[in-house]
Amino acid sequence: MSEEPILSVKGISKSFGGLKALMDVSFDVQRGEVFGIIGPNGSGKTTIINCITGFISTLAGHVYFKGKEITGWKPHKIADAGIARTFQIMRPYYSLPAYKNLIIPLWSPRARKTGGWRGGGKHGDRDTVAVDILEEIGFERDSRVPYKLSSTLPTGYQKRLELARCMALRPEIIFCDEVFSGLSMSEIAGMLPLIEKMRDEGITLIMVEHRLRELFRVATRVMALNFGEKITEGEPSFVIEDKRVREAYLGAEEV
Amino acid sequence: MEMMRKERIDRGLKVRTEGLYAISSYREILYLMGPRLLLIIGIIALPFIFELAPYWKRVINIMFVYALLALSFDFLANYVGLVCLGGAFLTGVGGYFTAIYNVYLGFPIYLAIPCATISGAAFCTLCLLPCLPLRGVYFAIVTLMYPLLFTRIIEALNILGGTNGITGLDGFPNQYVEHYIIIFLVIGFLFGMRRFVNQDIGLVLRGVKDNDQSVRASGIDVTRMKVLAVFVASLIGCFGGAYMAHLYMWTGISLFALDFSIIPIASVVIGGGGTLVGAVIGSFILVPLSEILRAFGTFRIVIYCAILTGFIVFKSEGLMIYMQRKYHQFERWVKV
Repeated sequence: MSEEPILSVKGISKSFGGLKALMDVSFDVQRGEVFGIIGPNGSGKTTIINCITGFISTLAGHVYFKGKEITGWKPHKIADAGIARTFQIMRPYYSLPAYKNLIIPLWSPRARKTGGWRGGGKHGDRDTVAVDILEEIGFERDSRVPYKLSSTLPTGYQKRLELARCMALRPEIIFCDEVFSGLSMSEIAGMLPLIEKMRDEGITLIMVEHRLRELFRVATRVMALNFGEKITEGEPSFVIEDKRVREAYLGAEEV
Repeated sequence: MEMMRKERIDRGLKVRTEGLYAISSYREILYLMGPRLLLIIGIIALPFIFELAPYWKRVINIMFVYALLALSFDFLANYVGLVCLGGAFLTGVGGYFTAIYNVYLGFPIYLAIPCATISGAAFCTLCLLPCLPLRGVYFAIVTLMYPLLFTRIIEALNILGGTNGITGLDGFPNQYVEHYIIIFLVIGFLFGMRRFVNQDIGLVLRGVKDNDQSVRASGIDVTRMKVLAVFVASLIGCFGGAYMAHLYMWTGISLFALDFSIIPIASVVIGGGGTLVGAVIGSFILVPLSEILRAFGTFRIVIYCAILTGFIVFKSEGLMIYMQRKYHQFERWVKV
C-alpha cells in the first residue's frame, strides 16, 4: 500500500516498574480500516491504547498521526486532533442524564471546530444534537431511555453511550477498548451494525477485543500481542491459523 | 409478619410543572415560584425585621458573607469535585486587596471592592494553580495551608500593617447600603450559580467531577476547566472578604481565621450539598446559632458540636434536600 497510513506506531515500549508491558511494538493502520488488537489477558492491549492516546507516558517509540508525530502529547490534545477512545471500564457522568453526557464532548473545541453533528452543533441547540447522536447509536428517541440518569442505564446502553461520546467528537480514529465485553449475544448482535456503520462513514476503527468471533466478522486486519510483544499481524483468517497465536490463547503444547 | 415500605410519589402538580404546563395556570406558576419568592422576599425583608436590634443587624451581614463562602464551597465540592478548605484564604486575599486599593492607592470604595474581587480571584487562582492538575486531596491540603502561610508571612515580614492590620478603610455610607449590597449579591450569586451549573459549560464542570479521564478523552483540557471553576469560586469568596474589610473599616490577619473555612463547610453539610440554596440556608442557621450560643461562653462549642452531630446523624442528606422531597413528593406506607 503506497498510501500514507493514518496512524503509524513505531517501536513503542512501556514498563511498569520491572514489568515490561510493551516491547518494541510497531504497526501501521490505513484510513478506513477496522484494525483488531487481540491477545490474552495482560498482554498489553489496553496499555497500547493508553500509550497512543496519551493517557500514560511511553518509555520509547513514536506515534505518528497522519504523518505528524503526536508522541507525548496531552490526552485532550490528541482527542482534539481526531483520535477518540472508549474506556474498558465505563464510567459515564453519573449525575447527568444520558443525553446530557454528550454535551461534554459537544462542548469541546474539536466539536465546535467541526461543527458538531451534521453541521447543526455550532449554532444549534446542543441538546437536540445530543439526542440525534444517541438515536444514531441506538437509543430510542421517543422512549425515556435517553433522558434517564446515565447511572441507571443497563450495560449495553452504557457501552453505546461511550461510543456516542466518541462519535460526538467526529473523530477520524476511534479506539474501542473491549466494547463487546460484558454484553449478551443479542446486545452484541445489535452493536455490530453500529461498528459497520461507523466504518462505512469513513472512521478508522482500532478495536481491542476478547470476543474473537465477533471481531473477525468486522476486522480487516488483526494484530496479536502476547506478553507485550507483537506475535503476528495480518488478515483475520491468517492470524487465527498462526501457531503462536493459538499457543498464546490455549497454552503451548509439549514440544 | 407484614412488611411495610414507604412509597414516594411525585405530587400531581410537580409532574405537571415539569412540562409545558408550568405557565398554564397561576397554581403551577405559584408552585414553582413560591419557594423562590419566599426566599428572596425573606432575605430582602431581613434588615427591617431586625430594625430594633442593631447588634443583630451586624450579625446578618456576617451571615451573608458566610452564605457566600458556603455557596463557593458547595459549587467547588459538589459540581467540580474540588474540596476547598480555604474559605479563609479567599476572604483574606479579598480583604487585603481592597485595603491596598482603598488605603494605599486611594480608590473609592465602589471601585476598590470590584477591583479587589477580580484581582483577588486572579491571585487566588494563581496560587492554587500548581495543585490543579492533580487529583485527590492535594487541593484540599494546599487550600488549608495558604491562609496559615499568608498569616505567617504578614507577621514575620511586618508588611501590610503586620499584626495590627491596615486601618482607615472607607466604610459604607449608611447601613442600608451596607445591607443591600451584600443581600443583592447573595441573591445574584445564588441564582447566577444555579444557572451557571446547568449551562453547557457547567455540565462540563460536573463531568470533571464525575469522570475527568473521560472529559480528557473528549478533547477538553481538564486543568483549564478547573482553573475557571476556581476563579469563579474565588470571585465569590474574595467579594465576601472585601465586603467584610469595608464593614469593619479594617483589614487584619483575622480575615485569614479558620472560621471562614470551617463554618461554610458545616453550613453545606446542614443545608444539603449540591443544592447551592442549601449552603445559603445552612449558614442562615449556623451563624445566628453561634451568636445565640455566645451566652454560654466556652460551653457553646459543646452545644454547637452536638447540633452538628445531630444533623449529620439524623439528617445527613441535608435540610434542603429533605425539604425539596417533602415539597415535591408525598409519602405513604404500602405493603411489600
